[in-house]
Amino acid sequence: MSSTSLLERRSFLKNTAAAGAGLWIGFHLPVSNAQENAAKQEKKPPNPLNAWIHVSPDNHVTLIVGKSEMGQGIMTALPMILAEELSLDWKTVHIQQAPTDPAIYDLGTGGSGSVAGSYLPLRRAGAAAREMFITAAAQHWNVNADTCVAKDGGILHGARKKFLTYGQLADAASRLPVPDFKTVPLKNPSDFTIVGHDTRRYEGIEKINGAAKFGIDSRVPGMQYAVIERCPIFGGKLKSFDAGKAKAVPGVIDVFSIDPVGTSAFTAGGVVVIADSSWAAMQGRKALQVSWDQGPHASESSDSLRQQFLSNAAQPGKVVRNDGDADAAISSATKKIDVVYEFPFAAHATMEPMNCTVHIRPDGAEAWVPTQAPQWAQDVIAGVSGLPRESVIVHTTLMGGGFGRRYMGDFVMEAAQVAKITHKPVMVLWTREDDMQHDFYRPSSYHHLSGAVDTNGNLAAWKHFQTSTSIDAMWSAKGKETPENSEFATAIFIPYQTPNYRIEYTLAQSGVPRAWWRSVEHSTSGFVVESFVDELAAAAGADPLAFRLRLIGDDRTIPDFSNPKEGKPLVTSRLKGVLNLAAQKAPWGTPLPKGHAQGIATYYSFESYTACVAEVGVENGAIKVHRLVYAVDCGRPINPNGVAAQVEGAAIYGLSAALYDAITIRGGRVEQSNFNDYAMPRIADTPKTEVYVVPSNEEPTGIGEPGLPVVVPAICNAVFAATGKRLRRFPIRNEDLA
Amino acid sequence: MATTFTLNGKFTTVNVDPQMPLLWVLRDTLDLTGTKFGCGMALCGACTVHINGEAARSCITPVSSVQGKKVTTIEGLSTDGSHPVQKAWMAEDVPQCGYCQSGQIMSAVALLAKKPKPTDADIDDAMSGNICRCGTYQRIRKAIHRAAGSTEA
Repeated sequence: MSSTSLLERRSFLKNTAAAGAGLWIGFHLPVSNAQENAAKQEKKPPNPLNAWIHVSPDNHVTLIVGKSEMGQGIMTALPMILAEELSLDWKTVHIQQAPTDPAIYDLGTGGSGSVAGSYLPLRRAGAAAREMFITAAAQHWNVNADTCVAKDGGILHGARKKFLTYGQLADAASRLPVPDFKTVPLKNPSDFTIVGHDTRRYEGIEKINGAAKFGIDSRVPGMQYAVIERCPIFGGKLKSFDAGKAKAVPGVIDVFSIDPVGTSAFTAGGVVVIADSSWAAMQGRKALQVSWDQGPHASESSDSLRQQFLSNAAQPGKVVRNDGDADAAISSATKKIDVVYEFPFAAHATMEPMNCTVHIRPDGAEAWVPTQAPQWAQDVIAGVSGLPRESVIVHTTLMGGGFGRRYMGDFVMEAAQVAKITHKPVMVLWTREDDMQHDFYRPSSYHHLSGAVDTNGNLAAWKHFQTSTSIDAMWSAKGKETPENSEFATAIFIPYQTPNYRIEYTLAQSGVPRAWWRSVEHSTSGFVVESFVDELAAAAGADPLAFRLRLIGDDRTIPDFSNPKEGKPLVTSRLKGVLNLAAQKAPWGTPLPKGHAQGIATYYSFESYTACVAEVGVENGAIKVHRLVYAVDCGRPINPNGVAAQVEGAAIYGLSAALYDAITIRGGRVEQSNFNDYAMPRIADTPKTEVYVVPSNEEPTGIGEPGLPVVVPAICNAVFAATGKRLRRFPIRNEDLA
Repeated sequence: MATTFTLNGKFTTVNVDPQMPLLWVLRDTLDLTGTKFGCGMALCGACTVHINGEAARSCITPVSSVQGKKVTTIEGLSTDGSHPVQKAWMAEDVPQCGYCQSGQIMSAVALLAKKPKPTDADIDDAMSGNICRCGTYQRIRKAIHRAAGSTEA
């Protein structure tokens, strides 16, 4: 069933069942934190249901959810969970992106939250469907319900060997009351045959034969192609342009300008070239003559930002946490360390550049968007077009990578602005250069850490001053700024016990746009914590693994300092579990080839626990990562093979920012433009990576991002073990190794 | 101006700017969207196709240069995933987002045509032009060895 026909049906899908249409069960999936942050101004939709199970009379099982597939595997994991409760082949469950409907759906995919948030609601809804099928079958056969079981996609009455498929029972089941989700019996996990077993990707076949349709592959009859010349300087504006030569390029249809949007979606505006092919639009753009008003940020550079960091660091910051008296403890200690860690901006560089296809008609709009936030895309298009939200249909396509970039609304806003002018379906396509120079970057940050170890080898004090170009500062209302909220993550409740623990923060001003980059602030916080504890271990003359285990100490729970009510506490037994598992599998301390050394790191993020042992050598003046051994505890793994794939990939993503890429600023603009100057790890740079997934009966937690924060500190700690050099600024430069 | 070439076994004629890169002719003129745009400068390999059996970056290949030649895209390998390299890709569950995989597979097929039993160094060399931002490289290596019946070093 298409999204459009689903939309038409929604008038009678207010609650659950609709006789004659098969069985429908509606339920609610919680939204992610990232979406909450991105759309704080949103009103809650009136109908709490935002996901549906449909079983048609012709025996098709469809799961309709507002979750986007960007490679993280939700099109596999979510059907597996449903199929488990329904006892059917998970590959027969068709998963469909829910249509955007402001009255019902509440969509968004981010914060590594899709499986974690969906697990229990999906099981309950699946179990409710199963119980309804059992009741319907028992009534049909006039037998006792407890003689009927769900098996192989239908209900079996054991005594007389009778079998009816779910399709055959769907209409009858739809006339029954829906069991209470809170009390419906769930399958015993010890009986699971799907969840917890390795499976291969649901949409794998279309991703190896060229059939997969990403946003950029959207094709609509009569569509045109557009590219946009944006001011390369952040905050710059169009002064004037001459379209004469551009309009003379064969295939170019029109040239016009669109305005920047200074809040919410944060677009640059610019000069739009419309053409009959992507290539013609790009050629027309090259022929444009444009002059820019450079705006207020034209003098910003990476150097000027660093000067700002240094002057911020020379003053005390806002005190964000203060236990005991860290300054006094450090000044009286004999073994103390005082170091600075620095991180540049980082670009997402999704392989599929940003793009969005929109058709705005007088009576409604339709859009094809590779987005992590379809509801926001709908709002943006409605806002630009002046149409009511319910007249805007957003089709969420597959995404050629998301990593947080595709949570933003900017590329949708621009396409809507263009489509409002052309009145025709139009794809706004970004080149790689556009994508790299107009990203929303991982913040640049500067961390001053000081700490001390007492004569007994205990952590006497830990002080962390940070100044950064905060993400939160992009969004917060004037006078209500809390820029530190988006910048510390677990660095504000480290697992290493100390009586003297102080965190300070100062915001650095910048015109460079920032947003969520895979693992967000954990990517830097994980490094800072796990590098500094390693430095302290060295200062104490202790083994890095033993030192960590000792400072973590006894089994306990540590509340999420910045979100004690909603954040899940860190459970130290699980952290020690992954540390010990990674150490055992490496094994930690094993004899290595000459010039190789091991480094270790562990971290808690997205409610999951990871540890990594890296085996590294420094060869010909460069770092060579030979092997990564991961242990991860993400609660009950739905698809362990998928968990491993996410961790393998997060390791490479982390590696890229450590060893290869940095976004630098000069003259208010990004200096890098393509993969020649924003380099990526290649196949030869890929270490042998082993991922050990902890078997667990805990609720599933995130896995798309948690693999990232530990990889860089593990590598750098190994470099220290091999060479005695500490790496404290990124990307790592050859001279830092010399 | 007309350019004629063999595309996935069929004679094909297009009337477009002869300088238009083959990538955009495939995608925008012929609606064969399996070949992807990644960088436009032959830096990432997402646009890899075969021209007369050799791996080529279609984003910098003017369509006029394939006049009279044989072009194979991902759609021309097989539609049902039955090509041995595609089967190996499925067996190792390589794709994540999947966007780069058409190019990865086309590079791997070209490698195996030249070196049926590639070493790890051969793989590093032949696949060095293909970026995967999801980081599926380890599985790509395994899949190539699987397709070749060779083993990792």
